[in-house]
Amino acid sequence: MTVDRTPARLADATPGPGHTIEFDGRPVPALPGQSIAAALWADGVLAWRRTRVGGRPRGAFCGIGVCYDCLATVDGQPNRRTCLMPAEPGTVVTTQEGHGRADLAV
Amino acid sequence: MPISPSDPTAPHRDPAAVPYDLAVVGAGPAGLAAAVTAAELGLRCALLDAAERPGGQYYRHPAPGLGAARPDRLHHHWPAFTALLARLDTQVRAGRVDHLAGHHVWTAEPGEPWRLHAVVGPAGTGSAVVEARNVLLATGAYERQLPFPGWTLPGVVTAGGAQAMLKAGLVLPGRRIVVAGSGPLLLAAAASLAAAGARVPAVVEAGDYLGYARTPAALGALAANPGKLAEGARHAALLLRHRVRLRPRAAVVEVHGEDRVTAVTVARLDSAWRPVPGTGRRIACDALAVGHGLLPQIELATELGAPTRTAPDGAVALAVDERLRTGLPGLWAAGETCGVGGADLALVEGEIAAREIAGRPVPTALRSARRRRRAFADLLAAAHRPGPGWTDWLTPGTDVCRCEEVPVSRIREAVEELGAGDARTVKLLTRAGMGWCQGRMCGPAVACLSGGGPARPDSRPLACPVPLSHLAEAAPRPSDGRS
Repeated sequence: MTVDRTPARLADATPGPGHTIEFDGRPVPALPGQSIAAALWADGVLAWRRTRVGGRPRGAFCGIGVCYDCLATVDGQPNRRTCLMPAEPGTVVTTQEGHGRADLAV
Repeated sequence: MPISPSDPTAPHRDPAAVPYDLAVVGAGPAGLAAAVTAAELGLRCALLDAAERPGGQYYRHPAPGLGAARPDRLHHHWPAFTALLARLDTQVRAGRVDHLAGHHVWTAEPGEPWRLHAVVGPAGTGSAVVEARNVLLATGAYERQLPFPGWTLPGVVTAGGAQAMLKAGLVLPGRRIVVAGSGPLLLAAAASLAAAGARVPAVVEAGDYLGYARTPAALGALAANPGKLAEGARHAALLLRHRVRLRPRAAVVEVHGEDRVTAVTVARLDSAWRPVPGTGRRIACDALAVGHGLLPQIELATELGAPTRTAPDGAVALAVDERLRTGLPGLWAAGETCGVGGADLALVEGEIAAREIAGRPVPTALRSARRRRRAFADLLAAAHRPGPGWTDWLTPGTDVCRCEEVPVSRIREAVEELGAGDARTVKLLTRAGMGWCQGRMCGPAVACLSGGGPARPDSRPLACPVPLSHLAEAAPRPSDGRS
């Protein structure tokens, strides 16, 4: 067998038409029904937040909405769990810096 | 219009609504089995679930838009799920089940009837209140994590998370994925990842599978559950086919990489889970899937004082009687909330609970299936209980609390220099466990490092983040004297 194994081949998936979301200003492809985190993983992106204290990169960890590590700013709203939020056509995701509320800084 | 606490027409609750006979919280195996069984016996049920599609974590499956013709290849027992879905569909059409998807229950108010408060939608911006004479908690479990150097690097994911992202989104975190930790979930995760195209260089298991068969009682539990042995054999055959190496009595003691995983170091463990010096070996990889078994998600009940028990793996579960009643009138539990035991057991318990709530007899075969599977679950739990020596693989700079970025050194300082003797005091001094996840990721580690006696349920008055506006709306009932 020479065909590479992939998740889509395993599930014999023929997805509906793909679309794009925007991640830090660049287009990222997404399939209908994928979460934001899934679309980013598929594009090889593993981090979309910098922590408040150490400025360290973070991305999806638990994948089920429990750990809150996958927070990002989505359509201008900070602290969105990208493993739960659907990747809709045109969704704008930006890497969240710290608590994501720099606009409230005094 | 101003809303006073005594206003019976508080928002989001239809004053004319008759309470449901049963509200089931969670639409995984236990909750689905309970809701359809109860509805078929004539009860009017609400099935509340945080996810958009039923199935829970076990039967998590691709969104319809992904067009997966063979979702069964991502699962065991898929036909059991599709049969439940068909029964659910029948009951929903008949008006006996309201499937409230996207409803995350954040608190339960006891009373006659019980009142459940939920946030609604993926961003949690909506709200709902559901009243029911009985409540069944089928809220499942999440993974237990133990920290190790580098575990916060992108590319380190939970074993269940890797499976969840694969099952729902058909994606992998990398191409070369080491699977590590402890518990039967690791074999299932490794088999799925390999089948989906990942190279899995090793499954690193801290426990010892031979431990399953150490005592006559254990051999009895194994013999009484041939299905579980067959499942294990299937995983083993698949792992063999994909050249996955199983490394028992070993652990990932360090993750390497700057901004993402490039390799891990695996070391042998002694019987207390202490890394054996000089045995570290580096394995190149671009992701690590890790977990140490599952923890029941029970805060909705423990916040109300429901009695608990400690399972053989140290996890705190709800204490229930033979009928699956918790210690609180009208509150029932089934599946992982009563102690982690897998989907087969959850299906059996969901059906038993529904029959009990409906006041119908429970077939002897169901009761004995439950006892048999519980015995097997206890056997697994004992074999994968974390050994006390795991803390030896920590370094002072290892983050324990991922949310608040609290390293080992600060927790040790709180214990050794500031005199903290339990997890709660450590939390107050260091903020470990005070962040977004409310200690779900670091709780077991903080408790262990604090040295504070037997396991206790973590306190979480709100089961998930709730907008202040919802709290303002959720005034307690005047009749029950709570304030």
